[in-house]
Amino acid sequence: MSLLEIKCLTYETVNKNILDGLSLTIKTSEVHALLGTNGTGKSTLAYLIIGCEGYKPTSGEIVFDGKVINDLKIHERAHLGITMAWQEPVRFEGISVKDYLALKNKSIVPAHYLEMVGLQPEFYLHRMVDKSLSGGERKRIELASILALHPKLAILDEPDSGIDMLSTQDIVNVITAFKEDGSSVLLITHREEIVIIADKASQICNGKIVCSGNPDKVAEYYKSRKCLICNGEVCAYV
Amino acid sequence: MGRYAPMSELDALMKAYGEAGGNKAILGNNEIAHLVASGHKLLSRKSVEGLEVDARETLTGISAKVTVKEGVKIKNPVHLCFGVLHKKGTQKIKMDVRLEKNSSAHFIAHCIFPNAEKVRHIMDAVVEIGEGAEMRYSETHYHGLYGGIEVIPKSVVKIGKNGRYFTDFTLTTGRVGKLGVDYSVEAGENAVTELTARVFGHASDDINIKEKVVLAGKKSRSIIKTRVAIEDDARAEVTGITEGNAEGARGHVDCMEILKDNAVAKAIPIVSVTNPLAKVTHEAAIGSVDKRQMETLMAHGLTPEEAVDVIVKGILK
Repeated sequence: MSLLEIKCLTYETVNKNILDGLSLTIKTSEVHALLGTNGTGKSTLAYLIIGCEGYKPTSGEIVFDGKVINDLKIHERAHLGITMAWQEPVRFEGISVKDYLALKNKSIVPAHYLEMVGLQPEFYLHRMVDKSLSGGERKRIELASILALHPKLAILDEPDSGIDMLSTQDIVNVITAFKEDGSSVLLITHREEIVIIADKASQICNGKIVCSGNPDKVAEYYKSRKCLICNGEVCAYV
Repeated sequence: MGRYAPMSELDALMKAYGEAGGNKAILGNNEIAHLVASGHKLLSRKSVEGLEVDARETLTGISAKVTVKEGVKIKNPVHLCFGVLHKKGTQKIKMDVRLEKNSSAHFIAHCIFPNAEKVRHIMDAVVEIGEGAEMRYSETHYHGLYGGIEVIPKSVVKIGKNGRYFTDFTLTTGRVGKLGVDYSVEAGENAVTELTARVFGHASDDINIKEKVVLAGKKSRSIIKTRVAIEDDARAEVTGITEGNAEGARGHVDCMEILKDNAVAKAIPIVSVTNPLAKVTHEAAIGSVDKRQMETLMAHGLTPEEAVDVIVKGILK
């Protein structure tokens, strides 16, 4: 059964067509990897699904659990079960890791979720979610907070990128945890070795899905740089 | 305890203190020093070994000379409880605090003005921290909802070689009224200074915070950290001044102000260096609540109002 259906989604800015009639379907409990080089529209698609300010589809529909969500605010989408981990999670002054993990549900056991992302609770529960954390620590805490929400759909925007990138095994562990919880995952990445852990994968280029299906095949297609719609500059290794 | 005034006034002040979240049991604990004053009446005081307190009533307030003797480290925080329970009045507190060589103490001041409609609270402190001594001073205000209070805390602090001085001024409960903080610190060789202020202004509150550190001694270090949130028609002006005048001195001024509605905020960081081997930096951020922070919290299911509340409480914590 489809959990998320993106139907012919177009998003234009003044000077550029970022998404161009993009369609994508994610089933319930499916881990769907979205592969693409920089500048192809991956993060824009994520912002449109979660509903960031200034990101409203020019045309097309985003349907979640049978309901068109184009006009819903972020928190309204979150209440339906969608959430997202940003590529560079923002920092907060004066909020402890423990409180951050229990923002929405005070009854959870924060330590459990820290362990799931490879952090020792005794060292982290009382630290602040501020700039004293390294980039990698902050990313892990964000993933733990997303796990604690038990979402229907988790959008993970390049959890494998950045200076303190998480290892492939770290990502596999987190994805496995989501799967065991019955969550669907939209895993945005530009690393083909990550894609193979997904149930399904799609490659995005120039705002369109150019290849979709078996993760191995999509990863192979991505590596071969045989994209038929771009001029080769966007799809080239960057 | 209760040597100076009827218990009823002390009870009333401590009741207000308790309602504001304070622990009233401190008055009955023989190991915890305290000084309690309502208006210009001394209501209660207790000292501990190594701490000398010479306090007296004046026409408009209290004058106190506090000394921590050489080498004495006061184990428990010393509680200072000042307040005006009436709707109108003036309270002038004059403090002369000296920490002798290698001593240490933590003073916690509770300033309680729950009913103020036209009240002035003036604190005038002179602090001298001796060589190797450490002083912590936390001042928390509990104000009512009328906004008719004027708070003017002024202090001049001198820190000796290897001395350490930490202050934390918090006014986040009730209306601020009119606030005029004026702190000035001179740091000697290898001395450390940390000044923190947190204020939440509403309605027509008027906030002025001026904090100055002169890094006069070699390798002296300081940070001035100010966090202000304002809403409605409140205004805030924060001036953080740091002078680096000695070799190896390091200073930083960090100001963040969040505003909404018709509030107006201004930050004035002034940094100056007269020794080429000193370094002073500053950062200031003024604006509405950060969009990315809002979106992140909303993606966790918080409403926009809940998200603002979490962010503001966080920076004022």
